[in-house]
Amino acid sequence: MSTPADGKARDTLEVGRQDLLSLPDSSERMVINLGPSHPAMHGTVRMLVELEGETIAKAVPEIGFLHRGFEKSCEASTWTQCLPYVDRLNYVSSLLNDFGYLVVVEKLLRLEIPERAKFIRVIAGELHRICDHLTLVGALGMELGGFTAFLYALEARELIWDRIAELTGARVTTSFGRPGGVQRDLPQGWGEKVLETLDRVAELRDELDVLLTRNRIFADRTRGAGVISRDDALEFGFTGPCLRACGVGYDVRKAHPYFVYDQLDFDVPLGEHGDNYDRYLVRMEEMKQSDRIVRQALAKIPEGPVMVGDWRVALPPKEQVYGTIEGTIAHFKLIMEGIQVPAGEAYAYTEAANGELGFYAVSDGSGRPYKLHVRAPGFPILSAVPSMIEGRLLADLIPTFDSINMIGGEVEV
Amino acid sequence: MRASLDRLRDRFAEKVLLAYSTEQGDDFAVVDPAALREVARFCKEEPELDLRMFVSMCVVDRLLLPEGGPRFELVYQLRQGREPWKKLHLKVRLTEERPQVDSVQPIWKGADWWERYAWDFYGIRFTGHPDLRRILMYEEFEGHPLRKDYPLRGRQPLVEGRGSEELIRGPGAAPPKK
Repeated sequence: MSTPADGKARDTLEVGRQDLLSLPDSSERMVINLGPSHPAMHGTVRMLVELEGETIAKAVPEIGFLHRGFEKSCEASTWTQCLPYVDRLNYVSSLLNDFGYLVVVEKLLRLEIPERAKFIRVIAGELHRICDHLTLVGALGMELGGFTAFLYALEARELIWDRIAELTGARVTTSFGRPGGVQRDLPQGWGEKVLETLDRVAELRDELDVLLTRNRIFADRTRGAGVISRDDALEFGFTGPCLRACGVGYDVRKAHPYFVYDQLDFDVPLGEHGDNYDRYLVRMEEMKQSDRIVRQALAKIPEGPVMVGDWRVALPPKEQVYGTIEGTIAHFKLIMEGIQVPAGEAYAYTEAANGELGFYAVSDGSGRPYKLHVRAPGFPILSAVPSMIEGRLLADLIPTFDSINMIGGEVEV
Repeated sequence: MRASLDRLRDRFAEKVLLAYSTEQGDDFAVVDPAALREVARFCKEEPELDLRMFVSMCVVDRLLLPEGGPRFELVYQLRQGREPWKKLHLKVRLTEERPQVDSVQPIWKGADWWERYAWDFYGIRFTGHPDLRRILMYEEFEGHPLRKDYPLRGRQPLVEGRGSEELIRGPGAAPPKK
């Protein structure tokens, strides 16, 4: 009721807004469109949501806005030239993609890489795993209204990215691995700096823990939301933290150890309920385990070469390229024709930040992959989102979407 | 995993066309396309195999490979849902003239998007799939870009402009109607 200047009371009905008083017909469904560009949708993915009141009746995810033709591009590149493309799959933890891809190349080549290179891959990969989990935890906090948590997470991530930049020369898209090893050895004094960084990251991680884990609002919004059962998770092909949050202890690093994971001591944290909160807790704990792995690996890393000495795979040293005919020829053939990978097929998989990163490669014996299929961990997980949120409130969509950590780069290859 | 291959051969005899392990330890069973769904169900439900995890699926276009034979090879990666997490690759070979096979979506929910991917990029039709639409490309796109005879730099005309109510729609199928 308002009292205008003429003193005569008028209610809403009188000013012709009868529609405001009518209740919406509850049988009618509203369709809303989230994305592909939406501040709370990671990457460019679109969700069509059909609502009954505030309850999600149907959700249809639509992807493809970031599709770049990864597989087609790889088929036209040499095995080494694929590396920059592979980096851009999960761009938050590119080193894990690099090394995951190299495992399949080395499997086809039947190549054993030097021990020191394996340790460097473990150290660098686990650092990037911490980055990935920090991003998720920070973003989850932010999108539930706690911006502070995001800043703590990003500070920690930047510190690690500084170390990664010292090691590889790039913060994000690193292209650091090579078939047969890694591009270069650890810089002088880098190990000590990493240990200091990990101490600071642990402090920041504890701050995050205090800010979020027992935060009433955070727990209420994430507990019991986005639930997936153990059987469904397996059937959909969940792996990584999202599967372990359902209580299934599948971790490629334990189930099928690669590099030097069998020499290192670490635990696989498990959840129980398969909800957003458990996915968050699993990731918080995994960061601590990665921290343990890096510290052990830095203590144990042996001296030695970081690249195989075989000139059919590794580039010869520059003095040899310019000084000897053998070096020149080997260099020329590697650059122009690529590594000659024997004909065959192989499936190799590693534990990336979001789960099993698998590559199925077919070689026809030439320098280029005949077929390179990437099994990105996020793809099956995203396909299960509708079954996780249908029947729940619209407000549960964003935390669910966050906690599965959908990364456009790897889903939309 | 040798044992699983033997188990499949014992159970399905000539429907398993070929079973082999590579030197690097991957196991493959090539299955008659007509028997795919039956074999798939057995793989999932037989307690000894227990291949409950649908890891992924892909297609190899064998057009340029010297061996010849059927053009398309579908590779299904499956894994046990318990320790020791053994894996198995099921293969189905389809000819260029009839790139069609039963969907395994009713057996593993995870197969849904992978089959849409195979349709989108290779033009494989899956009978019994509930919603076989393109997944990454837009609906107006013509052809199947990962086929070996699709050019690397293939260009397609721009999609015609859409009315204002369609502006928020973007590429892909229309939103669910009220």
